[in-house]
This record gives sequence, structure tokens and C-alpha cells, in this order.
Amino acid sequence: MSLAELICPAGTPAALRTAVDAGADAVYCGFQDATNARNFPGLNFTPDELAASVAYAHAEGAKVLLALNTYPPAGKVDLWRQAADTGARLGVDAFIVADMGVADYIARTHPAVRLHLSVQAAASSPEAIRYYCENFGVRRVVLPRILTIPEIRQIRTEIPCEIETFIFGNHGLMVEGRCSLTNYLTGQSTNMDGVCSPASDVDYARHPDGSMSSQLAGFTIDCFGPEEKAGYPTICKGRYTAPHRPEGYYAFEEPVSLNLSRLLPELIDAGVHAFKIEGRQRSKSYVRGVVRAFRKAVDDIRAGREANIADLVALTEGQKQTQGAFETKKWR
Amino acid sequence: MAVTAMTKLTLGPIAYHWSAEARRDFYARIADEAPVDEVYLGEVICSKRAPFHEADLPATIERLEAAGKTVILSTLAEVMLKRERKATADIAAMDAPEIEINNAAGLYERGHRPHRIGPFMNAYNEATIAWMAGQGATHVCLPAELPAEAIAVATGAARALGLGVEMQVFGRAPLAVSARCYHARAHGRTKDNCQFVCEEDPDGMPLRTRDNRPVLRVNGIQTQSESYVDLLPETAQIVAAGVTHLRLMPQAVDMVGVAGLFRAVLDGTLAVPEADARLAALCEGTDLSNGFYHGAAGYRRIALAAPA
Repeated sequence: MSLAELICPAGTPAALRTAVDAGADAVYCGFQDATNARNFPGLNFTPDELAASVAYAHAEGAKVLLALNTYPPAGKVDLWRQAADTGARLGVDAFIVADMGVADYIARTHPAVRLHLSVQAAASSPEAIRYYCENFGVRRVVLPRILTIPEIRQIRTEIPCEIETFIFGNHGLMVEGRCSLTNYLTGQSTNMDGVCSPASDVDYARHPDGSMSSQLAGFTIDCFGPEEKAGYPTICKGRYTAPHRPEGYYAFEEPVSLNLSRLLPELIDAGVHAFKIEGRQRSKSYVRGVVRAFRKAVDDIRAGREANIADLVALTEGQKQTQGAFETKKWR
Repeated sequence: MAVTAMTKLTLGPIAYHWSAEARRDFYARIADEAPVDEVYLGEVICSKRAPFHEADLPATIERLEAAGKTVILSTLAEVMLKRERKATADIAAMDAPEIEINNAAGLYERGHRPHRIGPFMNAYNEATIAWMAGQGATHVCLPAELPAEAIAVATGAARALGLGVEMQVFGRAPLAVSARCYHARAHGRTKDNCQFVCEEDPDGMPLRTRDNRPVLRVNGIQTQSESYVDLLPETAQIVAAGVTHLRLMPQAVDMVGVAGLFRAVLDGTLAVPEADARLAALCEGTDLSNGFYHGAAGYRRIALAAPA
């Protein structure tokens, strides 16, 4: 059976302490700039905050993973190198990377620090994963959320590194690291700037009939009736019309949350080493509740006890949830 | 003029599920009439489509090479299933023609033997390009969303390492890929029982916002821009930055005409305003865009300042 580490989000130093106190084996976080894929206003760490946070986590036996998982545009590579240097100096336990140039730099400059391959690298086959392991010494791959459990089980036998999978939270639809939808509408890039459907471009328009439309950079992403709750205008979760769908439909996916709690025992059995909870943009209380519930479930399963999955399922109560690609390939 | 006249025009791989017959006709005309120097072949988007046109590949290669074109085989952008891994490995094992790799699985299979880096490979910067060159890359196609200043830096670094540098200057921008087929989804099907409904949309399936604004195109697992990228007015700048190859993506328009206009501008035989007006006419009904190049929202059409 795998170790089943619990990898938890930390958008702020307070969230990091909360996650550690709630039982995270590791927390992941980023600096306040384009070097990570959650470059949102009000989130992330200064170097001083990271230093204090690493000390706090280590004192509690938890690890800190630094996300450097965006793609530097040419001419700006130094920002990513400096972030890696700072992270290494502050004693982070691993870097989460996607760009080959960044991976190569860290492998050469900070060989003592573990490298994890970000989901943003979109390595979805044993060959792709082996490429990063053999060339950069990657120790763990975060698998894209597009594989079924039998496929994960198979990959496990064909790669020389650990596997981390997302288990809970926001559910990206496109292959991560290969999506320019936001840049097409807003001029800000997910890969280069670390932003996705940025709040600065969001608008909600109320219409005379009481309906509401959510907009991104002036494009209507969805419309809601007077009784409907308006959702956030994420491009891949909007409703559009197509020639065969004049009524408007979720062209990519319904706005659902990923919740793999029911599959947790099976994923542990498949050899997944670590489970990632999404949500660096989430509140402390959210982080506390989710981390505690998963901590208990993982401990129960590891001790051979029946886990109370109902508690985990209840975490997304009121929201639509999905097991995404993991349960069946019909999702595709 | 001398520099731009040396710039090569390339035709990217067909992104859509065009029928075998449509492909045969298309490439016959490209071979006979289009002033493109290099042609990329192969299925890049959906591994289920490949059996429909694989059998014609040798004849197409022969036809294009006989017409003096360089042919390059491109690999899949997404590699997950057994058949996708095999398709990638098969191309990676080839010595001729040249190959373009679009997924790290292909890089793994290829090892240090020479290859081109495709636009899905995320070669965003000089460090990554230097790494790739050290592994045997001879040529790199930059990501479609890279802005001009980064293109200049990346290109300078790549050229210094002896690499060819390519970028898309015409056609819908590739915006995303997914494991899920959105063509099948629009028709209430799944990827495994799609019945190849994507063949109905040779230029992609249009998505409009609910207030009826055209915004995106669905091409199977791929999402593309509604607008065609058009960097014809920027070609002089792009070539001055050192880019050696300009890529035209096949759309359901007169691609021989499109290639002719780009060639004429590169050769200095047609002024840009005239050429661009003719291009807009060839693409009537579709917006043209250059936002990514100018560091703006991709769909935008930014007017170039008149030369002093």
C-alpha cells in the first residue's frame, strides 16, 4: 500500500498553518508573481512569509512544496530562476515544475531539492513521464485529471517515480499547460502569467427581465434566469450555442467540483503516493474542513478501517460534483 | 527584400477530420500550385481519425516531394492511449522524412536523433529551446500565444544554436486540447462512440456566446479560435526578428491563394495593404486577428502604425 500523503493548498501563510494543523503531510504554495499558476491578487507568499512558513511546517513534520509551474516567456526566465534560488535557500522540500528550461536549471543548480512534475506539464503517458524522470531526475508526477483508475494502475508499473493525483476541488477541463483560452479573450496568459479567467476582467450584467449574464472581458460566458445562481465566468464552464445546440449548452463541462472520496480506497490500492487537494484561493475554514476530513479518511484506510466516506461527500453538499475521468472513460 | 525572399513558407498539418478524398484533392493542388516550401502531414489532434487517411500517406509524400516540397511528419499533441503511444513511437522511429514532435512521449522515443519541435511542445523560452537543442532538436515552432518581444528573444537564442524557427502566421489559433471530445459531446455522444461527427465541420464547429457572438471553434478534442490569425502585415518584423519559417494552417478557404499572398509579400511583389485586403476577401465571413503577437487578447485585430 502506498503512503497516501495528503498534499494541501496554501494560498496564504494563515492557510498554510491551518492546513498543517489539520493534518496535511505537505502543503504547496507559490510566490506573489507569474512563477506559479495561481497568480491571483491577494494570494501567495513573500520570501519572508515563505521562510516563516517553512519553519512552521517543518516543526510540525510537514513538507512545503513550491509551485514554479508556469512557462517563462523568453526574456523573463530569470524571474523563475531567482524564485528557485530563493526557494532552495529557504529550505523548501520540493519544486513543482512544468517548463523544461526551469526543470533543467533546478536539476543542475539545486540537485539536492526534489523535483515534482506539475500537472501543467501534461505528462499523460509512461514515455512522457520517463522523459522528465530520466532527464531532470523528477521524483514525482502529478497526473493530468484525464486518466481512469485502471490507466493509473497501469502507468504506475511503467514509471520510476511516485504518482500524485488530484482528489478534490476545482476541476479543470482542458489539458493543463496547453490552454490559451484566457489569453484569447483577456490578453493574460494561463501559461505565462499564471492566471485563468482573471477577476479583473469579470463582470455581471443584470438585465431588465431579472436575468443576469456573467462576462469575461466583455464576452458573455453564461446567462442565468432570475431564480438561478450566477456562476463565475470560467471559459471552459460556460454555456454556448452550436449549430446542433441552439438552446445553449455546457460545451465543455458543467460547472462541477471534483470529488474522488468514494474512489479513495481504490486509488490508494492502485499505488497513488499522494493526493492533492485543489484550492489555494480558498478560505482557511474551507481548508480546515477539507483537510481534516481527508486526513481522517486516509488514516482510517491505512489502518484497515472502513473510512467514513459520507463526510467527504458532504463537503461538496449543495454543489454538483463529479468523479471526472477517473471512474469511467465514458467521461471522455 | 533579400532576407524575406529566403524565408520559407510552410503548410501545417490539417487539424480537422477532412475525408481521404478531400485530403487527396487538397494536397494535389498544394503540390501543383501552392508556393509553400514545406508541408507537415499526419494526424495531430485525434488518434481515431488516423486510419482514414494513413493509407494515402506514402502517395501524398511522394507527390509533394516530387513537386519539390519538403515533407515533415507531425506527431499527436496528446498521447495517452496505447494506440497513441504506438503512433508516436512509429513516427519517432523514422529516418525519413523529417519529423515534428508534439508531445514529450515523442521526445522520449526519439532520443538524441534529429527532430523538429512542434507548436504543442511549449517551447516558450531560450532556456527550454537550449535544452531541446541539446537533445537533438533542429527546428522549433513557437507557441501560438507568444508575443513579439518574447518571439524575438527566443528566435535569437534558437538561431544562435543553429535551429530553424517557425511560427504560425495564418489560420485558427490552437487554444486548448482536452481528453474529452467536444464534438461528440455536442451531439450527445462520447469519444468512444463519436461516429466521426467532426467530419461535418471541415473548418471546426462554431461556438457562439448566448448573446450570439462567435467566439470559439470545436475540433474534436481541440478548441480553436473563432478568428483566423493573420500576421501578413507583421511578416517584415517577424522575419527581421530572425524567424525562418512562416506556418499557414489549412482552413476551408483557398489555401493556394493564401500561400500566394504571403509569398508575394515576402518576395516584395505585392504591397502589404493590397495583399491583406485580398486575404480578407479570401477569408470573407471570418474575422482576422493578431492579438497574441501584440501581447493583447488573441481575438483582437491591432492596426500597425504606418511606416515612417
